Amino acid sequence: MNTEHQILTPELAEKQSLRREEMRADVLRPLEKIGMLGKLWIAFLVIILLIGCYAYYLQLKDGLIVTGLRDYATWGIYISNFVFFVAISLVGALISSVLRFTNFTWYRPITRIAEIIAVAGVCWAGLIIIVDMGRPERLLNLFTHPRLQSPILWDVVVVSTYLTTSVLLLYLPLLPGIAICRNTLTNKPKWQRWMYKFLALGWTGTEQQWKIMKRSIKMLCIIIIPLAISIHTVTSWLFAMTLRPGWDSTNFGPYFVAGAFLAGTACVIIGMFVFRKVYHLEKYITEVHFDHMGKLLVFLALIYFYFNVNEYFVPYYKMKGAEARLLNDLFSGQFAGLYWSAQLFGMFLPAVLLIFKKMRKPGIITLIAVPVVVFAWVKRYLIVTPILLNPYLPIQDVPESWMNYFPSWVEIAIVSASLAGVLLIITIFARLFPIISIWETLENEGIELEDLDKLNNEKA
Amino acid sequence: MENEEDKSDRRKFLKLGALAGGAVLLGSAISKAVSLENPKETGEKVKVLTADGKLVEVDSCHLKHHPAVSQMAILESRKGIEGKKFIMVIDLGRCGNARKCIEGCQKMHHKAAPTEWIKVKEMKDEGLSSPYWMPQPCFHCDNPPCTKVCPVDATFKREDGIVLIDNERCIGCRFCMAACPYNARSFNWADPVLPFGATEEAYSPETSFPAKRGTVEKCDFCPDMGKHGILPDCVTACPNGTIFYGDENEDSVTNGEDTFRLSELLKNRAGYRYLEDLGTEPRVYYLPPVNRNFPFEEDTVAHNTEDYKAI
Repeated sequence: MNTEHQILTPELAEKQSLRREEMRADVLRPLEKIGMLGKLWIAFLVIILLIGCYAYYLQLKDGLIVTGLRDYATWGIYISNFVFFVAISLVGALISSVLRFTNFTWYRPITRIAEIIAVAGVCWAGLIIIVDMGRPERLLNLFTHPRLQSPILWDVVVVSTYLTTSVLLLYLPLLPGIAICRNTLTNKPKWQRWMYKFLALGWTGTEQQWKIMKRSIKMLCIIIIPLAISIHTVTSWLFAMTLRPGWDSTNFGPYFVAGAFLAGTACVIIGMFVFRKVYHLEKYITEVHFDHMGKLLVFLALIYFYFNVNEYFVPYYKMKGAEARLLNDLFSGQFAGLYWSAQLFGMFLPAVLLIFKKMRKPGIITLIAVPVVVFAWVKRYLIVTPILLNPYLPIQDVPESWMNYFPSWVEIAIVSASLAGVLLIITIFARLFPIISIWETLENEGIELEDLDKLNNEKA
Repeated sequence: MENEEDKSDRRKFLKLGALAGGAVLLGSAISKAVSLENPKETGEKVKVLTADGKLVEVDSCHLKHHPAVSQMAILESRKGIEGKKFIMVIDLGRCGNARKCIEGCQKMHHKAAPTEWIKVKEMKDEGLSSPYWMPQPCFHCDNPPCTKVCPVDATFKREDGIVLIDNERCIGCRFCMAACPYNARSFNWADPVLPFGATEEAYSPETSFPAKRGTVEKCDFCPDMGKHGILPDCVTACPNGTIFYGDENEDSVTNGEDTFRLSELLKNRAGYRYLEDLGTEPRVYYLPPVNRNFPFEEDTVAHNTEDYKAI
């Protein structure tokens, strides 16, 4: 993009075509056949998913009594898991859209990894929220009796719009890739060949097709930024619109958005590491990418730190009545272990360690990114349940199990299944489609596939 | 399941009908019932509106339960009782933690422990002040945080000040429970324990009965009794006359023995509302715990220790 538009001489075109062939082969190689380890991995995910389905069947049969939730801790890990999924889905907008409007081009080989994480996350966010409902069969009431004042309704609107936009932003840049699959992977089963043919929408790389695609992507990239910000702001409003001490905060929107970018970026780093190793993509996902992502992570962790200071230090300074009880519970009470681990491993340490160049090597940065993701999940739990267990009126005169919350095995099984579900979507996608965008990556090297296609089409 | 679907279809149809001409539907339902063979007279007369708009008095034995009536009731129960503004005053000086309000409420609403629609809490405002007992029902706020957040309009504020829940519409998201700063709401985590034959009864938000699994419920201020001038059971069950119930428009509240002019009572006894700062505008007032009937006694018995019993 930032390179001058060169005139394609026949020799140059020859050279570039060779480069394209080389990359095409590298990217398609992992799709040719699936190894033993790959099969085991998919089987493992499917088993967890099935256990979760059985757990949900039990919950449907007996009601939410099978969870650890009761009248005080009325929201638990289903809701925090929902918030987590919405959070990681924001990274799609960050990597493939926000960065697109900068002059950087290094991010281009990883846009697809970010986009598929976004799509998988937001799909499962929608599913897990249904699991939390006491009457899931009445879901359609949301459309037959909607009350527009409710933030849940706003969430339904933005989540579904964001899902649609994210799917398009994943799909449109993939069109040339699907066409390559259609043309190259002719030894695949019939359904798969048919799917490529259907999904490629007759892509042949004409000048007009390229033009329409690029323009649409540009438009989607603009639309998705406000959408991404609103999807997580509205999700934060599920809490901030209430009067509960700990949720009643005007800081919640940006606090959530900042945390979401941090968690999602850590997810992408892990994804980059895994695909680079498993699919042997060292040539395309290089150490430079990890280095840049490390810097991005430092930047995002610092922003998140800033919002955490506002979220916790400001009320801590004042120690206002009911809020003080909650803060004591978080800082030195029953949640202190989780709280400080989340702050330390999810924010402080990555921000400090990744300042050093040595720490931004693929292996080490992934080791740092894993706890960022894990504690991002924990942090969402800490945002949901401790607040419910510290209401204005004291919790008295209730069974012991009502005063605490610990998820039941059913909840743990269902949440694990949803996490497995996210990984399964990503795995299956990466088994069927190129996980690196060929045309975007080559554009980075100054090779315009659009021009090459034009040349080829003219020849033909 | 099948039965329920069947019912909901019927309801959808009936709702249309009800909107088109509720009175006609009701009238025809009754005239149909009347045209059947003569059952035994009960002597209780009920006024009904006929299809041609005449008010006639019939014996209650001629009334036959018809789904149309209960559907009307759900739509009707969203409006509230005209001219009323229900209100409650709780005199903290009288409460001795007898817990009879809880029992009375549970009995009347067929609720079993550990669900309490009215709770009695041990409160202590700060270190030097003396502890007191505080009965806490739903406050039926005039600026209710719970109804705002409901995505399906299942919980609503009525003209007579009461906040009710339609458990046939509730999707069980529990956002209202998270939004209520007083934790006044309960959830049916399991299948509710109901008296025999209760599932046959027509549901009305005004009675909150029969309860349904997976839906939210709470203190309903007993509008079904209030409209007939009957006091809620929490009021009558209290041996100390702690709870006063009444109508703001009539400017009077009563505990069954003493009746006060509401405005004077609140003025003379420094009535206040719990957590006024939240701006929820509760319809439940408290009188400060002064001139107590009883010295404060610590509760030595743990109540409500059992979680839900599995059915």
